Amino acid sequence: MIPLLLILIPVVSAVLTFFLKNGNAAKNWALFSSIITLVIGIYALCPMATLTFDATWLPLLGSRFSLSLDGLSKMLVLLTAISFPVVFASTYNNDYKQSNAFYGLMLLTQAGLMGVFLASDCLLFYFFWELALIPVYFLCSIWGGEKRIAVTFKFFVYTFVGSLLMLIGILYLYFQTPDQSFAIKSFYALKLTASQQNIAFWLFFIAFAIKMPIFPLHTWQPDAYEQSPTAVTMILSGVMVKMGIYAVIRWLIPIFPLATVKYADIIIIASVIGMIYASLIAIKQDDVKRLVAYSSIAHIGLMSAVLFSMKTIGWNGVMIQMFNHGINVIGLWIVADAIEQRLGTRKFSELGGLAQKAPVLAILLVVLAFANVALPLTNAFVGEFLMFNGLFQYNFWIAGVAGISIILGAVYTLNMVQKIFYGQLAPATQNALEIKGNVQFVLIILVLVIIGFGVYPQPMIDLTKHIHP
Amino acid sequence: MNAIILSALCGVVMMFSGILLNKSAIKYVAIASLLVLIIGNLLQFYSVYTINIDSKGLLSFDRTGLFFNTIIFIATLVYFILSGSDIERVGPDVAEYFALIFFVLCGVTILTSFNGLLMFFIGIEILSIPLYILTGSDKRNLKSNEASLKYFLMGSFSTGILLMGITLIYGATGSFGLQSTGVKSAVTGFSSAGILAPVGLILLFISMCFKVSAAPFHFWAPDVYDGAPSVFTSFMATIVKAAGFFAFIKLFAAKSADFGPGQAWTLILYVIIVLTLFIGNITAVFQQSVKRMLAYSSIAQAGFMLFALYSTNDFTKDGILLYTAAYSFATIGIFSILTKMEDYSLEGYNGLSKSQPVLAFTNTVFFLSLSGIPLTAGFFAKYYMLASAIKGGGSLSLVIIAVLFAAVSVYYYFKVIQAMYFKEGVAATNTPITGGFKLGLIVLAAIIIILGIFPTALLNYYYF
Repeated sequence: MIPLLLILIPVVSAVLTFFLKNGNAAKNWALFSSIITLVIGIYALCPMATLTFDATWLPLLGSRFSLSLDGLSKMLVLLTAISFPVVFASTYNNDYKQSNAFYGLMLLTQAGLMGVFLASDCLLFYFFWELALIPVYFLCSIWGGEKRIAVTFKFFVYTFVGSLLMLIGILYLYFQTPDQSFAIKSFYALKLTASQQNIAFWLFFIAFAIKMPIFPLHTWQPDAYEQSPTAVTMILSGVMVKMGIYAVIRWLIPIFPLATVKYADIIIIASVIGMIYASLIAIKQDDVKRLVAYSSIAHIGLMSAVLFSMKTIGWNGVMIQMFNHGINVIGLWIVADAIEQRLGTRKFSELGGLAQKAPVLAILLVVLAFANVALPLTNAFVGEFLMFNGLFQYNFWIAGVAGISIILGAVYTLNMVQKIFYGQLAPATQNALEIKGNVQFVLIILVLVIIGFGVYPQPMIDLTKHIHP
Repeated sequence: MNAIILSALCGVVMMFSGILLNKSAIKYVAIASLLVLIIGNLLQFYSVYTINIDSKGLLSFDRTGLFFNTIIFIATLVYFILSGSDIERVGPDVAEYFALIFFVLCGVTILTSFNGLLMFFIGIEILSIPLYILTGSDKRNLKSNEASLKYFLMGSFSTGILLMGITLIYGATGSFGLQSTGVKSAVTGFSSAGILAPVGLILLFISMCFKVSAAPFHFWAPDVYDGAPSVFTSFMATIVKAAGFFAFIKLFAAKSADFGPGQAWTLILYVIIVLTLFIGNITAVFQQSVKRMLAYSSIAQAGFMLFALYSTNDFTKDGILLYTAAYSFATIGIFSILTKMEDYSLEGYNGLSKSQPVLAFTNTVFFLSLSGIPLTAGFFAKYYMLASAIKGGGSLSLVIIAVLFAAVSVYYYFKVIQAMYFKEGVAATNTPITGGFKLGLIVLAAIIIILGIFPTALLNYYYF
């Protein structure tokens, strides 16, 4: 029942939200519903919760509405469940035109994301994969920045092409199964020949690579992050990119072991190139949003490289890092949004000396920035340490090159902190005020999570040991 | 049998109702007649006949054909309900328009039940001739006249080709029957008699490609669809086209073996499908008028429907039934909104979400369905077509090409959504929008979404 509730609550409250005419009511209702979902998400961690759900859906096609929660799903469901209340609370003061539609679409996105992380039937997975995309398309196109229509459309077409290719892959596998079923167990039980794997692998992988995104399929991402309303950007980079990584762990590698080994080198090299490339571009950025966008590509690149190095310890690191990266990047976006809402600009060149005016924000951002460069005692350190450990076992040189991105990461992140918060007081920051209570509250919670898991990461490491669909 | 007789009778009833009734009542007579037709057709499932005529094997009624009739009639019902008032606005001869539509339906019912080339030919002609008239029904509009003449001339040519093909096949086999066992041995011998049947089949194939506007025989379609009054374009692009496909598939499912040994048949289809998808999709991208864009989109959709010919297995039949329903419902909905618009260009839709939120929302659902986005009927329609091709072990390359073009189609379908939701403007309608019309659209959109979640709701009924 728990998995069903995790999807049903967002869907039902989304539908209700559309009918709420009062903007504030919609906002409060969305926040309330997302907190309920969070409570259920936390309850799912308890040992006594029932973690599977199964019902008939399309008997003619051999597809069932089956959901299940294992350690990996729990981690991402928890991330999704935490993100939405955090996003709603931190952007509580932002006003959107037609806010009932805005919050309705946000909740639909949450339902789609939950479904992706829960589905244990491939056709159902595909459904949710698309369901997570459509609301985001409307969210970005209606409430985004000035170039929103073209940018969002590029994002949509990229991911849609990927999804369709994946659909072909799914159908291809479906006809190979002896019992004509989409169940994950039937897919895992497939004995595909090497040549069959080689084709189907790419049909799936392109979809996932676009979503993550991996170099050279990343070009939609910085523009989309920049042009989206910040609340949506938080979801895009905090949760949605994890769909790609999750799908690789859940679907791609177990079904195509031979093809994975065969193409691992190509993918790892592309990922590492992407890391270095994105880090170098991030250094040159003058816009907070674009900097965080490129930094996100670099982080995801590392995760993807480690995934394909196929080392258990690295995988544990990736799973932990998926959660941690989500928390950290959402924190950074909240700061970026707070600065933009207060000062009307996101450019470093126009900012400076903000720490004098907003000391609390400065302290919180510094912790987030440390987490972004994976300093010890922050949550990201554990994950990154395990990941590099895995990559090092795979290949010394690749680990070495990937390691450069840590240094580059420190360069651009600390540079950002320095330019915004320290130095001369810039004209734009003259009249800056401290951030509002709700933003402070949310950021403090995130910072506590960061330090908490940085000091005692064992519960998360335990969670990564249970990956059985 | 019920449907053939009743549809012809309904046509006659409509003609007389034009004399006996006043103009506003005609629409309701048409809807009532259609309901009678639907019930009559459903009764045949239980072997209840109005008049039982022994057709001496010229007609045969199977479950698929009757089920297809039902879908077509329901689509026509939706069409009457949503666009009935627009039919009234085309010109003074309202009753005649409805009568012609019923005659077209009569042609459709013959095309779903023919058991030989003779009845097939008659069905095609009964279907086509009323359409030539409907195309030109806006008599004072030069474009409508041009379209009608063009359609008539091109249609006549294709009928000639069809007849030639039938003649050659008759010459080779001595029969109008579908199952011509005598041919195969003759083909392998490659004698002069042996070449007749394949050539005849190719002529048949070309003429059917023309009827369903598959490239490179599609040139008439954009002009005709654009020139005809929009309400009738809606009818032609959906119901008539689907019926053409059904006949096409019924004919070649039985006949394709006669093409002789080898891969010739698959290769021809491969080329036709890719060309149709290419021309339909790429040309649609550049259209500024939504109506013309829909004309090209209907060519592109034909490319997907041709998949049903490419591989014949159990997915094919389900697929073409579902595709017909999904495509017809969505397109009828889109056209019913289009005919209400003041300006048919993309700019004409700017800001529709502000002025008419219900129209904009339902239109979005229809366009999402045409693009094949999950949770709409269009997704499962495409799903079945792709599944049938993959299951048939057909080439994966064709499927990949098809989905890439499906992604292209998103580009032009979404331009309308972008105009409605993301652009500022004052989209104007040429008539006031009634509550009943909105309700009809909402119900139609709900059906499309339900079919998108439970496509088996439709197909269970077929298999029950």
